[in-house]
Amino acid sequence: MSSIVSIENLSKRYDSGFEALKSVNLEIQEGEILALLGPNGAGKTTLISIICGLVNPSSGAVRVGGFDVVKDFREARSLIGLVPQEIALEPFQTVYDALRFTRGLFGKRHDAGLLKSILEKLSLWDKKDAKTMELSGGMKRRVLIAKALCHEPRVLFLDEPTAGVDVELRKEMWEVVRQLKEDGVTIILTTHYIDEAEAIADRVGVIRNGELLLVEKKEALMQRMGQRQMRIELIKPLDAIPEALARYNLDYSAEDRTLTYSYEANGERTGIASLFADLSKAGIVLRDVETRQSSLEDIFVGLVEDKS
Amino acid sequence: MNFQAVKSIYSFEMARFFRTLSQSLISPVLSTSLYFIVFGAAIGSRIEEIDGVSYGAFIVPGLIMLSVLTQSISNASFGIYFPKFLGSIYELHTAPVSYLEIVLGYVGAAATKSALIGLVILATAEFFIDYEILHPLAMLAFLALTCISFSLFGFIIGIWSKNFEQLQMVPLLVITPLVFLGGSFYSISMLPPFWQTVTMFNPVVYLISGFRWAFFGTSDINIGLSLAMIAVFMVICLGIIGWTFKTGYKIKT
Repeated sequence: MSSIVSIENLSKRYDSGFEALKSVNLEIQEGEILALLGPNGAGKTTLISIICGLVNPSSGAVRVGGFDVVKDFREARSLIGLVPQEIALEPFQTVYDALRFTRGLFGKRHDAGLLKSILEKLSLWDKKDAKTMELSGGMKRRVLIAKALCHEPRVLFLDEPTAGVDVELRKEMWEVVRQLKEDGVTIILTTHYIDEAEAIADRVGVIRNGELLLVEKKEALMQRMGQRQMRIELIKPLDAIPEALARYNLDYSAEDRTLTYSYEANGERTGIASLFADLSKAGIVLRDVETRQSSLEDIFVGLVEDKS
Repeated sequence: MNFQAVKSIYSFEMARFFRTLSQSLISPVLSTSLYFIVFGAAIGSRIEEIDGVSYGAFIVPGLIMLSVLTQSISNASFGIYFPKFLGSIYELHTAPVSYLEIVLGYVGAAATKSALIGLVILATAEFFIDYEILHPLAMLAFLALTCISFSLFGFIIGIWSKNFEQLQMVPLLVITPLVFLGGSFYSISMLPPFWQTVTMFNPVVYLISGFRWAFFGTSDINIGLSLAMIAVFMVICLGIIGWTFKTGYKIKT
């Protein structure tokens, strides 16, 4: 696979002095789905805004399909589609006119067949004559995607496509993204949900404080991120962890009378069933059990520690 | 040059004009008709001729200019401000369009709209007042130049405005007084000498005077000077727009 977007030492410092990006390097392969994962304010939106032409870089360079996004902006932008985070549509315009407008902006002639196929793919064809303000939130998002696709880009950027979207609609978005990938479009999306990255991405890049901490194949990352913890609250305090339970590497906190067991969520065997069996054999009575996924924050901390 | 993009912006803006036809056309036509009835027919009949032109006819060019200037500014400023307000301006930044194409599209549409309004008002005036146009081509040229230069000015206001209030303020607080004091309803020579000098600093005086010359062949100010002043105004606006886009001021971070 060859890289379609290449980012070299990209930095952005705003006038306020805030450093949104610190010397980011990234190669995006043609045809892949890359998820940029990070908390709010990490620099995800700044990164894609620079690539798409919304923000000027302070230093460094971005090439899309071999074209510099600043010097050869016409060629570079022709290859790019952007679906913004906020819904921004002209309320009185019809869906069809909105698409025609965008296609025209990209210097392309009207193509009724293409617009029809895009609208059908996004289940918007029966809404083509509706004004955008009459549409539901989910449909508006799909209109934004349709607009981003109507000049036939090779790279599509989706900025937080499922922020503030209900579960059903998220699944629907993911389906759309998968379908686009099948059509050969390279997709870069930003998200702060781990499960979203897990559900659709081929590779995941983790951004924090303007730094790209790592870019890895999803499977590898999920392995590292997939730690779960089970907190087991006991009725009676323990003096020590019984010998029979030693193989589980339990942590005991006398203060709140809890045992903590860490396990791989993605592992074939979690060991939970045998742990419970051994606990009851040892005569330990449970009061409550709680499991939790290591949070994004925990993982970031872990990644930063790994690096140093 | 991405002509398709210019066409796209232009026709999109014109579509809005026709979508809101009542707002964009009927209200200026109605208000100027009222001016004609009051100043032209009712009061005008009691006012003497100015430079051999009946008062009703004398105010026609000024009234057209009044509408054309306010319309140029409000159309152009709204056209570029609204996408900024909605956030849909991202499309202009991410599309392969240059600033020149954006300006051509938006300013071209705004100028077309106000020229259309000007011509409709001119036609409306026919119902109330008898007048002749001595230099029709010059009249059209003056109209076009004014529409373009003030649409450029409106475009600047649209880009610089932070909210709807600011957007309305300039047309309301600056343009309306300048037009009223710019000789729409009187000849500059009717003013006391001191105020005649003050008036010379009002750019609208040159527009109205030149426009009136195209109608009646007489004017307060030399026609060449009028043209030069419009040209200067246009160059200043272009310069400001060029600088705004080049530096990204109020547009990009």
